[in-house]
Amino acid sequence: MTVRIYVPRDAAALALGADRVAKALSREAETRKLDITIVHNGSRGMHWLEPLVEVETAQGRIAYGPVKPSDVAALLDAGLLEGKAHPLCLGGTEEIPFLKNQTRLTFARCGVIDPVSLDDYKAHGGLKGLENAIAMAPADVVKQVTDSGLRGRGGAGFPTGIKWKTVLDAPGDRKYIVCNADEGDSGTFADRMIMEGDPFVLIEGMAIAGLATGATKGFVYIRSEYPQAIDAMNEAVTVARGAGVLGPSVLGSGKAFDMEIRVGAGAYVCGEETALLNSLEGKRGIVRAKPPLPALQGFMGRPTVVNNVISLASVPIIMDKGADFYRDFGMGRSRGTIPLQIAGNVKHGGLYETAFGLTLGEIIDVIGGGTATGRPVRAVQVGGPLGAYFPRALFDTPFDYEAFAAKDGLIGHAGITVFDDTVDMLKQARFAMEFCAVESCGKCTPCRIGSTRGVETADRIAQGIEPEKNRELLADLCNTMKFGSLCALGGFTPYPVLSAMNHFPEDFSPAPMVEAAE
Amino acid sequence: MNVHVTGNDVGARTLAIVGELKGLEGPLLPILHEIQAEFGYVPQESLPVIAEQLNLSRAEVHGVVTFYHDYRDHPTGRHVLKLCRAEACQAMGGDEVAERVKSLLGIDFHQTTLDGAVTLEPVYCLGLCSCAPAAMFDGAVHGRVDAELAKELVAEARR
Ligand SMILES: Cc1cc2nc3c(=O)[nH]c(=O)nc-3n(C[C@H](O)[C@H](O)[C@H](O)COP(=O)(O)O)c2cc1C
Ligand code: SF4
Ligand code: FES
Repeated sequence: MTVRIYVPRDAAALALGADRVAKALSREAETRKLDITIVHNGSRGMHWLEPLVEVETAQGRIAYGPVKPSDVAALLDAGLLEGKAHPLCLGGTEEIPFLKNQTRLTFARCGVIDPVSLDDYKAHGGLKGLENAIAMAPADVVKQVTDSGLRGRGGAGFPTGIKWKTVLDAPGDRKYIVCNADEGDSGTFADRMIMEGDPFVLIEGMAIAGLATGATKGFVYIRSEYPQAIDAMNEAVTVARGAGVLGPSVLGSGKAFDMEIRVGAGAYVCGEETALLNSLEGKRGIVRAKPPLPALQGFMGRPTVVNNVISLASVPIIMDKGADFYRDFGMGRSRGTIPLQIAGNVKHGGLYETAFGLTLGEIIDVIGGGTATGRPVRAVQVGGPLGAYFPRALFDTPFDYEAFAAKDGLIGHAGITVFDDTVDMLKQARFAMEFCAVESCGKCTPCRIGSTRGVETADRIAQGIEPEKNRELLADLCNTMKFGSLCALGGFTPYPVLSAMNHFPEDFSPAPMVEAAE
Repeated sequence: MNVHVTGNDVGARTLAIVGELKGLEGPLLPILHEIQAEFGYVPQESLPVIAEQLNLSRAEVHGVVTFYHDYRDHPTGRHVLKLCRAEACQAMGGDEVAERVKSLLGIDFHQTTLDGAVTLEPVYCLGLCSCAPAAMFDGAVHGRVDAELAKELVAEARR
């Protein structure tokens, strides 16, 4: 009988050599005349162990990692196919504490199944949510999503059900579901992992959104930096269409829903929903003034749901297990689970799905295991390039939308980037301004010009030129950007800058350089 | 990539690509992507063809092409090396790797080596932030790029 061996097709695994490991495996198996089937699964999210190779045995799946191509022969000698011991053996995959302690709802299948096998998907509970939704009135589906407490995972945390209701109630002969897969935030990769590891869950979520709101057409707008995700989504859409999950009669319901995969063109601001819509329409990715809301006048002026990948991919489990099941996880007004993305200078980097409410300290010190360099953690940026830097003094902040807002931060798309004590926070503040200058859509002066001034001002502080005056100027610029910007690119860039200044003031008073002291 | 084509060929190929894709809702980005995939950049000569076919002004098409970082108005080198410059990669020494690559290649970001071998481009996050610093070489991803791997990539690019 053939032995199933799992080697991920996830980009992080590929970046660490998974493809070469898979090749070495099939080559060795061929010479040794071993009957193996290599399944290219998604990643389990333990990226420090990638490439993670798993073998299906009578005792369940056994994991090995991180595996190099040169390890393959020795692994086979040791009895890889029977899940036998070897220095790289990690035991049963599900028993690895990092995985075992998670609450995987949205990511339940990611890394487990063959991402583009619909049979695998169904065998692991897939399509049940969609089947339930088909049997319900659209308004009842919307109510389930509202009752679940699901809030947008793209950053703003807006209640998903309320957005859907606006679209359901909006008159229109043609409505759209647009999935925001632009995932431009540094430190984030949850969208990428789900698209590469369980694309059907996103397709199912979008089909449910379509049935719930009366939309018949969907788009997934994926950033061009994600070629593997684009391929996986295209493959899955073709399979779904062939199986009648998408098309003129979704699962035989008589209701139509189909979708297209679109590719971005390298503009961070196109993650902003109205810029994204402009880009989809073939225009410059300029932010639109609101109102009108995209829910009323979105793509091509039609009622449009714009939701993040994870928001949509969380809907199938809600429709399968019920609103209460989902809402019972979490704290305060942050219900359900959140896929934390632990990144940067951290020992155990990867994806960790858990109920809201863990403290930042638990996440970084316990789950992440501290820095990769072994040096002390000095700063942590939460929520991407527009998120604040947190010092250790704030590590008791629980992971919750409101708790982070109360500390002048945001959870954004739940990316957590760890820095050790070699970080120069003035440099990080400068970078935040530089990034804003590079990516500004150009519509508002404070964002477009203010960010460039910000870079120059940070440089002057670094050179020791009138530091006090320039610190004040930098804070002033932040204020102007905060209140004079149309969208969060200009409006939130002050978060990383001001948090760096406030929590790490010592980095903003470098010793004045002699030649610069005019 | 980096194919040398005459103006006429560009026009004809552009016309064919537009013909294939113009039925899409909002076809301009898919068309531009396809044109760049075909020629390695978006040639000036294709703009009037696109504009005419989509009923846009030439200025509008030009405005879209210049807005997006991905679209190039000239060919790249034979290889393209993209280095991530965003925060998670900075936290793992990405800046030092970038400096090293620049000095090995003798060029800065957005430049191509004189022998036409490689173009160096910055990228802001590849979604590989848990195995930083990250790079993309001709579409293939690389994680934990250290001085050694940077040297290997540069050597491969020179070939
Ligand atoms: C500059 C900027 C970039 C953004 N980038 C993204 C992104 O990459 N992905 C995303 O889902 N939302 C992004 N957003 C948020 C979107 O505007 C929008 O709130 C979100 O797509 C709504 O979906 P949700 O309610 O499911 O979160 C961005 C916002 C701004 C201002
Ligand atoms: S804040 Fe910046 S990115 Fe946002 S609309 Fe204004 S100029 Fe554009
Ligand atoms: S920050 Fe470099 S890959 Fe995300």
